[in-house]
Amino acid sequence: MSNLQFEAPETVEDAVRLLADADGEAKALAGGTDLLVQLRTDFVRPGLIVDLKRIPALMDVTANGEEIRVGAAVSGATLGKNEAVKAAWPGVVEALELIGSTQIQGRASLGGNLCNGSPAADSVPALIAAGAVCEIAGPAGSRSMPVEDVITGPGQLALGPGEIVVSFVMPKPPPRSGDAYLRFIPRTEMDIAVVGAGVALTLDEAGVCTHARLGLGAVAPTPLLVADGAEALIGTTVDDDALANLAAAASAACNPIDDKRGTIEYRVKVAGVLARRAALIALERARSNG
Amino acid sequence: MATAKQEIGNGNGSLKYVGTRPWRPDGVDKVTGRAKFGADISLPGMLVGRMLRSPHAHARIVSIDTSAARALPGVKAIVTRDELPDIPNQWVPAGEVAVNYRDMSQNVMAREKALYDGHAVAAVAATSTAIAKQAIDLIEVDYEVLPHVIDVREAMEPDAPVLHDDMFTEGVEPTPETPSNVFKKVEFAHGDLDAGFAQADVIVERTFTTKPVHQGYIEPHAVVASAGEDGQCEVWCCTQGQFTVRAYCANLLGIEIGKINVTPSEIGGGFGGKTVVYLEPIALRLSQLAGRPVKMVMSREEVFRASGPTSGGAMTIKMGATKEGKITAAKAWIAYQAGAFPGSPIGPGCMCVFAPYDIENAEVEGYDVVVNRPKVAAYRAPGAPISEFASEGVVDELAKKLGIDPAEFRLMNAAKEGTRALYGPKFGPVGCIETLEAARQSEHYSTPLGPNQGRGIATGFWFNIGGESCATINVNEDGTATVIEGNPDIGGSRASIQLQAAEALGIPPERVRPLVADTDSIGYTFLTGGSRVTFATGMAAIDAAGKVVEQLRERAAKIWDIPVEAVEWEDGYAKPSGSNAGDFEPMSMAEIAAQAGKTGGPIAATATINAQGAGPGFGTHVCDVEVDRETGRVTVLRYTAVQDAGKAVHPSYVEGQMQGGAAQGIGWALNEEYIYDKDGRLENPGFLDYRMPVASDLPMIDAVIVEVPNPNHPYGVRGVGETPIVPPMAAVAAAIENATGVRMTDLPMSPPRLLEAMDNGGANGGA
Repeated sequence: MSNLQFEAPETVEDAVRLLADADGEAKALAGGTDLLVQLRTDFVRPGLIVDLKRIPALMDVTANGEEIRVGAAVSGATLGKNEAVKAAWPGVVEALELIGSTQIQGRASLGGNLCNGSPAADSVPALIAAGAVCEIAGPAGSRSMPVEDVITGPGQLALGPGEIVVSFVMPKPPPRSGDAYLRFIPRTEMDIAVVGAGVALTLDEAGVCTHARLGLGAVAPTPLLVADGAEALIGTTVDDDALANLAAAASAACNPIDDKRGTIEYRVKVAGVLARRAALIALERARSNG
Repeated sequence: MATAKQEIGNGNGSLKYVGTRPWRPDGVDKVTGRAKFGADISLPGMLVGRMLRSPHAHARIVSIDTSAARALPGVKAIVTRDELPDIPNQWVPAGEVAVNYRDMSQNVMAREKALYDGHAVAAVAATSTAIAKQAIDLIEVDYEVLPHVIDVREAMEPDAPVLHDDMFTEGVEPTPETPSNVFKKVEFAHGDLDAGFAQADVIVERTFTTKPVHQGYIEPHAVVASAGEDGQCEVWCCTQGQFTVRAYCANLLGIEIGKINVTPSEIGGGFGGKTVVYLEPIALRLSQLAGRPVKMVMSREEVFRASGPTSGGAMTIKMGATKEGKITAAKAWIAYQAGAFPGSPIGPGCMCVFAPYDIENAEVEGYDVVVNRPKVAAYRAPGAPISEFASEGVVDELAKKLGIDPAEFRLMNAAKEGTRALYGPKFGPVGCIETLEAARQSEHYSTPLGPNQGRGIATGFWFNIGGESCATINVNEDGTATVIEGNPDIGGSRASIQLQAAEALGIPPERVRPLVADTDSIGYTFLTGGSRVTFATGMAAIDAAGKVVEQLRERAAKIWDIPVEAVEWEDGYAKPSGSNAGDFEPMSMAEIAAQAGKTGGPIAATATINAQGAGPGFGTHVCDVEVDRETGRVTVLRYTAVQDAGKAVHPSYVEGQMQGGAAQGIGWALNEEYIYDKDGRLENPGFLDYRMPVASDLPMIDAVIVEVPNPNHPYGVRGVGETPIVPPMAAVAAAIENATGVRMTDLPMSPPRLLEAMDNGGANGGA
């Protein structure tokens, strides 16, 4: 604590260099809604903190005909006002907006939420469902990685020393697409997901599902992409049988622990419930995006 | 309401200011951030104090090596068990309660053993937070870890780990020869229980459990202590009782009471949890050793690990009733966990369990049990919500079995004036029936429900207390007045005392400034608790106002040169009366005050009181819930709290008390619990995972005030702060039963537990 250094670089290159060259532990700071709490409770004792919020690439939201790019440090409050992103991926925006209070929303970001490494991170299952890919910068250059591959265990990331997530790239969804994210918490807000489920799907003109992705949070050591969940929907009209199969696939994919936030049995059961409910919202959105 | 005392001041007997809703005197400072709370006090040369706490639930402390910490530059004092006096094991009166200073001393600093995760083991005072933290890390404690016990029923088993080898259960004959975790047994009985059950057509017997829950005040414990070279000590802290802090510090450290002055800061919630000391004696001892002021502030984690929740309980309740709806017999077995030292609220829990009802034949036995958890502290109606959750559950089930509306069933058995309570006294005028009638007749109670929705009703009782209070009124030169009193304002009592003083003086409340004083500046006043302040300290203020009015009449008589008997006091004016009526223009308090120097000097009066006759409080709550059958989530849709306030002095703050109690009770019902791991370490010491309700979890809570005057107070006041936390758990449980058919007997009724119970077809498995 006594020798904590703080840097606020203005380029990705400088940030990467500072983090890579640091003696001892260095922490990247986006919104800080996790990091500051961890500092105050002595959960982490870094020697260097590198604030990323002065780097334009991490604070921009851009969209072209093909894809949407969201800077890793863009706050929930900012993204929540972006009509283009909300129209394309409402589930992702809603998931980010679930994090914390109004005050926290002024800071909380997709990149921070992902890189905190929590299996219960709200925005991560929604990003997985959306097929989001991270653009990563590091000492050896840039690379891309699907969101579902970033968290490797509780608090563990597939990022090397000095690597940071710069942005998230999501495809521009085709017509008749929709997504949704739901979480279960015992309260109405200010809580950590006991189970989170994100669903994205696309229908053809006949209303048959042609594409689907299911992401789950808080039910395993990492957020999950559930391939069986997608298969339960693709080729169906997302009828009751398909939804039941989706719920069963979600429950089957769970590998949770008993902890202070929920039991194994409860999480397995509720994962199926939430997957089905999220799919119904995504379906409704897809049908109205004709 | 017509009493002799009411004639004080406002001569016509009607109340002009009591019952109105002016802004509270402390309100602006609190919403602007100007108010000074415990951690806001700073002194020159002040050191930072930190505590080292046991990571073990139960461990013998073999040794404590502080040498490395002492050698660290910037460390000015260290306190361990070696720096505190040993105190004999005896219970002594302290104000309204009995305390055991040995236990208290061992709770603020562990001696032979650490008895819970978070138990204080050593304290450091240093020149900075960083140095204090470093010093804490340098203290080496050698623990011999012992088996521990967390659950109250497990702690009562013969083979349970024993916390105190000198604890032989009191209240059983003969006294046991082996020590146990059962500190005492208490019993209450009247009538003939067997005969009562023989008359019953329906008997229900159920076992219930509740979890310890924290008071959840926003402001953590905080203190600044300064011991002077002359032995005079100053303490600033957030507390519900500055006189209690003074007495406890004096007794724990062997200091004369007159050498300690305690100033209460503004208080960010207490709910009973700030009626005890944790940091204060340690900070004072550190200051004695360091020769400098010491500030200590708990983190939220420390608040959860080491400050008092209320007890968890295990209860078996058996009640019988005739098919006509008359309760004929009631029996209760109740065990409360006290935490690491004896002193759970088992007595009040037993006394309250059947108090809302007129039951001829009843028996209660209760047990006070120690476990490896923090020592419990008072929490709003201590003991009553736990036992009454259980008895109200059985009452609800009896009503259902008999096919009688639960409000109607309660009305058929409700306590009223003349009912003899199980614990002895006969009730005077009480409002149990009135609150039930108001609830039953409310629009809420008859509004139709939708699918998966249910409605529950429950009634609760709390004694309320009076006790020792002191108040001084100083009349200022411009005719305004200052009321000085000794009760920290945790629930709007500045406003209620201001209003009562204003009423008795006959001047508008904005001309009366209330002040909560330090222990050197006002006479002994028992702490803020027991819903006593508006009743008891309010009466002291009324009495002081009465004395001031006497002086004002004397001064007017002197100015007019007529007998004092010929001066009456009305609406803040002296008026000549009788044969002198109309001889002089009425004289205002300001006019009399302006001439005080010429008529005998300053006008001021002090009144002291040991208030008796606190009016018991009854409340009835109605709760609507909706249950998500797939997740077990309960949403409280609508909530109405009805309560007898006697006379609501400031109705907004009475309503606030009712809403706050209901909100805390709903949290207790649905989600709050301590989660310990297998080693007895607390896993959720923070508001993130200790799930108190947030604002969006609750509907607007409708508050309905019923007024059945307390004849022992000039304006009819009863205490109101505690009763509203008694009914919610049973009301929520009854609503869930009504929605789902599942009767939950174990708290909290959290989503996993309710889902499991629904999936098991209605059985609440016990947790």
